[in-house]
Amino acid sequence: MNARLDVIKTCKLFIGGAFPRTESGRSRPVLDGKDRVIAHVCVASRKDMRNAVEAARKAAPGWMDATAYLRGQILYRMAEMLEGRCDEFASAISSTTGVTPAKARREVEASIDRLVRFAGWADKYQQILGCQNPVAGPYYNFTVPQPTGITGVLAPTSPSLLALVTLVAGPMCAGCPVIAVASDSTPLPAVLFSEICATSDVPAGVVNILTGQRSELLEPMSRHREIAALLGANLSPSQRTSVQEAAADNLKRVHLVKHSDAQWEDDSLVASPWNIQPFVESKTIWHPSST
Amino acid sequence: MGGLEAPHRVFPAHGYTGSMQADRNHLVDSVMVRQRAASFTKRSIKADAKTEGLRLAISMLDLTTLEGKDSPEKVRALCRKAITPYEAPLNPSVPSVAAVCVYPSHVRTAAKMLTGTGVHVASVATGFPSGQFPLEVRLRDVTAAVEAGADEIDMVISRGAFLAGRYGEVAEEIRQVWQACEGAHLKIILETGELETYDNVRRASDLAIEAVDSAGVLQDGDVFIKTSTGKISPAATMPVTLVMLEAIRDHFLSTGIRIGMKPAGGIRTAKSALHYLVMVKETLGDAWLTPDLFRFGASSLTNDLLRQLLKGITGQYMAMHDFSEA
Repeated sequence: MNARLDVIKTCKLFIGGAFPRTESGRSRPVLDGKDRVIAHVCVASRKDMRNAVEAARKAAPGWMDATAYLRGQILYRMAEMLEGRCDEFASAISSTTGVTPAKARREVEASIDRLVRFAGWADKYQQILGCQNPVAGPYYNFTVPQPTGITGVLAPTSPSLLALVTLVAGPMCAGCPVIAVASDSTPLPAVLFSEICATSDVPAGVVNILTGQRSELLEPMSRHREIAALLGANLSPSQRTSVQEAAADNLKRVHLVKHSDAQWEDDSLVASPWNIQPFVESKTIWHPSST
Repeated sequence: MGGLEAPHRVFPAHGYTGSMQADRNHLVDSVMVRQRAASFTKRSIKADAKTEGLRLAISMLDLTTLEGKDSPEKVRALCRKAITPYEAPLNPSVPSVAAVCVYPSHVRTAAKMLTGTGVHVASVATGFPSGQFPLEVRLRDVTAAVEAGADEIDMVISRGAFLAGRYGEVAEEIRQVWQACEGAHLKIILETGELETYDNVRRASDLAIEAVDSAGVLQDGDVFIKTSTGKISPAATMPVTLVMLEAIRDHFLSTGIRIGMKPAGGIRTAKSALHYLVMVKETLGDAWLTPDLFRFGASSLTNDLLRQLLKGITGQYMAMHDFSEA
């Protein structure tokens, strides 16, 4: 009898920089490939969604006004922290999704590279998405991109870490606070990623991660009038319809994508300025020239 | 120290001749006050009761702006918000708030906007917020505000005199201010954040109530006691408000006159407003659940109340920018 007692992690939500339990008190077990319980995760309710929006609203002014340089630094810091916990993430991915350890490790590495890529774009997309417009008169006329606002993210089942990181990093890079709903069936990498956010200078409330059922959280998220944009991957046709209908009420920017696992690795498809562009609004300003 | 003993008088009364219940009978049990106050936050208020509670809380608001940078247009915007807190049509519509509370120099502007709307014009006076002025100046302040059209006066007591034990002086200034009000309702700000102890809060409440009571015949709701100026932290807290409500209750039980209560400052969420209403109901009863006897001094609370009210009606979480500022 020298086997140690299993210490199984009870994962909590990530709201406003803290790790609260769901107000509903619900949880469910996470099983590995051999049906052994390896963790428990919270099943978030609509009130947790409300609390996450409150946290994001408090964080919004600071994050929107943060310099592009700082946003880039923080995204890079997230990559640094993820690098240090590469093995832990790889084993969480392979044990819950059934992919080989080698493939899981490649996914973690791709996620790190993805964060570095968005860190780089943080002070460069403005040059691509903004411009100086030609005018006939003694004026300058500039168009500058500004963050849209609080963004809801719906992560797909697979790839469990890379897709979530990609979907969170894009709006974050644009200056939008994010509320992400982890995948129903592979929530563990998302929960671990919230620990990365908590330890890498991300201001409280800028990233909020909920585990639970997409079907339950979809409606309060898409109807919440404080949420300005939605980014979802691999929604079912009926989910797409209900999201678009509900989002029409406050004219949310809705951006829904459907990618294969291989496509998530394609930087030019999922991590270019065109993945930041849906989460910025263009502001055009006239300024007198010095003539 | 075993058992309950009548506490001996700690401070000299300096000419004050009132009975001072707190000194004579009981000092406040601070452990029990905190525990009792916390218990009011455990009630479950849902559905219709919640909607009604939120409406009631809106109708009890004293919308307040007390800043050096207040401008006439800021006051007018606040008055418009007071009359119509939410513009979109709702059935039944959102009630107007109870009053708009401003500095004396803005009373005329507010009175012009609010005449005939049922919304009262309240003015802070008596050298708000410190009260550190000669009594003649402070009384002149009250008269000026009343002449400009204020029908409610929020006065501050001299905390310095109170803490030094010069109770008679404090009682006398309250009496004179009450006489200067000439029919306007009076709210007496104790500034509990500066009074240090629950005993002092209770002592100041009793002193204020007895001072006005001894000055002439009172009607229900003529006089309020109010926690704070909003300029000192901590402002209103539930235990402090409970101590004051108990002073009001004891006065009612011995005289039959209903004194009003106004917690002010620090109440920002609809949830805590409902907690206060529960505390009033369970301490004083339904008779006090009216804007004539209970007020909230607040400004940011308004939009949170509206937000929760609209959530109840539409089933949808609202954005802060769905509601007007001010």
